[in-house]
Amino acid sequence: MNTYKIFGINGPVVTVKGQTSFEMMEMVYVGEDNLVGEIIGITDDSTTIQVYEETTGLRPGDPVTGTGSPMNVLLGPGILDNIFDGIERPLKAIEEQSGAFISRGAKVTSLDDQKLYDVTLKVRPGDKVKGGEIYATLPETKIIEHRLMVPPLISGEIVEAAPDGQYRLFDVVARLKDDSGEIHDLTLCQKWPIRTSRPIAERLSTSVPLITGQRVIDTMFPIAKGGAAAIPGGFGTGKTMTQHQLAKWCDADIIVYVGCGERGNEMSQVLEEFSELIDPKSGRPMTDRTVLIANTSNMPVAAREASIYTGITLAEYYRDMGYDVAIMADSTSRWAEALREISGRLEEMPAEEGFPAYLPSRLAEFYERAGRVSTLSGSNGSVTIIGAVSPQGSDFSEPVTQNTKRFTRCFWALDKALAYARHYPAINWIDSYSEFFNDIDPWFSKNLGDDFVEYRTRISALLQEESNLMEIVKLIGADVLPDDQKLVIEIARVIRVGFLQQNAFHADDTFVPLEKQKNMMRVILHLYDKSREIVAKEIPISKIIALGLFDKLTKMKYDIPNSKPEMFDDYIKEIDKKIKKLM
Amino acid sequence: MIIDYVGVKEINGSLVVIDGVKGVSNEEIVELRLDNGTRRQGRVVQIEGERIVVQVFEGTRNISLVNTRTRLTGHPMEQPLSPEIIGRVLDGAGRPIDGLGDIFPEKKMNVNGTPINPVSRIYPTNYINTGISTIDTLMTLIRGQKLPIFSGSGMKHNDLAVQIVRQARISGATEDNFCVVFAAMGVQKDVAEYFRKSFEDSGVLSHVVMLLNLSSDPIIERTLTPRCALTIAEYLAFEHDMHVLVIMTDMTSYAEALREFSSSKGEIPGRKGYPGYLYSDLASLYERAGMIRGSEGSVTQIPILTMPNDDITHPIPDLTGYITEGQITLDRNLQGQGFYPPVSVLPSLSRLMKDGIGEGFTRADHQALANQLFASYAKVIDARSLASVIGEEELSPIDKKYIEFGRLFENRFVNQGFYENRDITESLDLGWELLSTLPRGELDRVDDELLDKFYRG
Repeated sequence: MNTYKIFGINGPVVTVKGQTSFEMMEMVYVGEDNLVGEIIGITDDSTTIQVYEETTGLRPGDPVTGTGSPMNVLLGPGILDNIFDGIERPLKAIEEQSGAFISRGAKVTSLDDQKLYDVTLKVRPGDKVKGGEIYATLPETKIIEHRLMVPPLISGEIVEAAPDGQYRLFDVVARLKDDSGEIHDLTLCQKWPIRTSRPIAERLSTSVPLITGQRVIDTMFPIAKGGAAAIPGGFGTGKTMTQHQLAKWCDADIIVYVGCGERGNEMSQVLEEFSELIDPKSGRPMTDRTVLIANTSNMPVAAREASIYTGITLAEYYRDMGYDVAIMADSTSRWAEALREISGRLEEMPAEEGFPAYLPSRLAEFYERAGRVSTLSGSNGSVTIIGAVSPQGSDFSEPVTQNTKRFTRCFWALDKALAYARHYPAINWIDSYSEFFNDIDPWFSKNLGDDFVEYRTRISALLQEESNLMEIVKLIGADVLPDDQKLVIEIARVIRVGFLQQNAFHADDTFVPLEKQKNMMRVILHLYDKSREIVAKEIPISKIIALGLFDKLTKMKYDIPNSKPEMFDDYIKEIDKKIKKLM
Repeated sequence: MIIDYVGVKEINGSLVVIDGVKGVSNEEIVELRLDNGTRRQGRVVQIEGERIVVQVFEGTRNISLVNTRTRLTGHPMEQPLSPEIIGRVLDGAGRPIDGLGDIFPEKKMNVNGTPINPVSRIYPTNYINTGISTIDTLMTLIRGQKLPIFSGSGMKHNDLAVQIVRQARISGATEDNFCVVFAAMGVQKDVAEYFRKSFEDSGVLSHVVMLLNLSSDPIIERTLTPRCALTIAEYLAFEHDMHVLVIMTDMTSYAEALREFSSSKGEIPGRKGYPGYLYSDLASLYERAGMIRGSEGSVTQIPILTMPNDDITHPIPDLTGYITEGQITLDRNLQGQGFYPPVSVLPSLSRLMKDGIGEGFTRADHQALANQLFASYAKVIDARSLASVIGEEELSPIDKKYIEFGRLFENRFVNQGFYENRDITESLDLGWELLSTLPRGELDRVDDELLDKFYRG
């Protein structure tokens, strides 16, 4: 292997003097402890390396050894129900090795290579296989079948296949001869460089929504499977809380949760909650379908930069098996800051706010890896990206938020004022948007009836109208408004408090099926229509309010269990009866 | 073989450049001896072959190109540690200044620490009773949390911190296993003295480790002060099973010291001239709070920072808020009206609160009550802004009720004596009493069962 000597050290950036044979983005080992690093700059008289671990104690003259391949991750069974750092080192194994504090240069394999899996072979000698084709399957967890695929860039004829049975990670279960006659061993794992997206057969349209059970998202600003969404919000507005809710309840098969430069206590909370939480569909702990990547804010900044790519590569791997994968990145701003920090160390010319000029292209590259695709093996899979953004000073005009907006089609703007009033999820219904309506409305109409889309349109019109009226109310008070406008304000309050606001800690309210969401809208709009008839007859609105119906609807999210949709008809009857008495 | 490197190549602010140095390691501590006999310490911050950049803690005054001899010590910055450190007074770099002699070290640890493995953390759920209504009820402090006080110059953050130390009751903590690490960064002598005296008056002084970097002390030393303090805290918590409360004041001075250091090093500035790595740097301090498996102890942090110009979007409070688990925000307007502690309720928050309160910890109704108080008080603010346009007289009857509720809330709930220690039941009951002045229909965050039990309107 090619080995050189360290010349200079500046924070996480190390330089080597003279001409080297390193490749750009090659992974290297730095120093006596073999710290992991990556080549990020080459000139004819020096090479620049970013180091993924603390550089304290490195000396000029220490060795830098090349590995000959770019920064890659090991893909195979054992990824699920595991927690890794930013460069796919399992944190539990590191804990066993070095205790509660992470020491440097930990020598651990990414995946457990001693565990035996029950492998079922899908190929026989003589079979022609292409890259991406499935050659064996094994149960990775109780609910997820792991499908082993021929590495995307290899194809040929199977010349040897082991019988079904128990194998370890690096055991060879089949051999493949490619067109040039070279033999490739197929084990239970493969490697893939994290900065390269995995190949696909073709991109499909994003026509199926990702159901999250969160009313404000599913109904008002839905996201499609294979789409990308941004959740921007200042601190304390509930970004992390929203991400947790989505990770727990969305109907993806696999969840990749990337804690990128966030709090350590938060990660331990995720670990604890997810292992206690039972997935309603499978009855198994949530961790069976989840992989966590934790690179907390005090862990090395270069690994933080890599964690996003590690996460998306794992997501793509499961997508290629034909699963719907959702990746939560919390927070992409920390990742952008890592870029800025490293760029600063390299003394690159800064663009806006000190961020490097290539920030937009990096963001675009990342979000472009979302999508619903037809895989190389012919099945359908998707990667949905939900990225949190932490704007500096809660100012949405800063570069990360603005650039993210350009590459995501769903924007869930979190609002400080709502968070202060403890209105959660604090997604502002005026500033947020979703561009997926055209793609997925046919799905809603087909599965829930045409009225779902119609109800949504009416609800958002009412909210918009309320927002306009509030401008007036702020100046002159609500008393002077005519009754029909007062009615809009009243019904909008029911929508805000009774519908948009959702209690993550309430057993029934934490996840609400689409059918109930639709029924809630139906009842609210029914009350609005009936009340309008009354107001048109010049009966004062105070009489309608006195009926207590508005308060009752505000609480129906708690009063009507998810399992009893028939109760909504009772509500409709009650409204009709009480309103009739007024006439 | 010990080599003295004679002279320096360049002097710039607190940095000196030395050429021809062999065998140096990154972040190594060096000792500089001036011809006039004074000794200084420095840290290697950048290496380029044999040319090294050293940051001199005590500053570069009197250093010339020729009058200095530099010696490598062979190790990074280390803090000598021993259980006897409790009760001592140290300078900003962790050296004793109380005249009681050196610390006889049981062990030495690198002040930069190493990150806690997220899987080794215990998720904190044990609440700390501070005896202050607003904090206990609405932004409960949890053992192992980092909860900063966002304040401004001239506000009563010091009093609040002292009151928390005096009244804090940590479950599981006794006289013997509770201690305070107090780190002063760039504060005035009399502020440090105020803390010392307050600790003495409340009888905790013998349980306090004080690190003092006063405003006249070298600025570079200031960047070490919180690191030394947290190294001591981690040592006491995780090796001696103590519950450690770390108070760091003032984080703004710390960040400014960092900015000064960064600009003298010629780094590319980020927002408002602060270095691009301010977030990572602050995180390397704040993340050193928590609890780990295999140890009984805990590190709880209460950093205090004064927001420049009371601006919560300034980079220092902004980045801090993104790292810490909530914040206690103080408000000048409330202080102006004579309320103590002037806690501004709405922008304050404790992220760990939800799992540390309720049945078995405080009381079953706690979360619902807190949500309702927040929601109702947010309406008070709306009503007030309306009143400022159309006058209080013109408000609707319900808005008038809210104005009245707001008045009571600030006078009775927020406002509390400096020596008044309210227990949690008292605070919760007071919350219900105030909510009972509002019509029952307005309390939409509480279910009927709780209302039947606690609503008395």
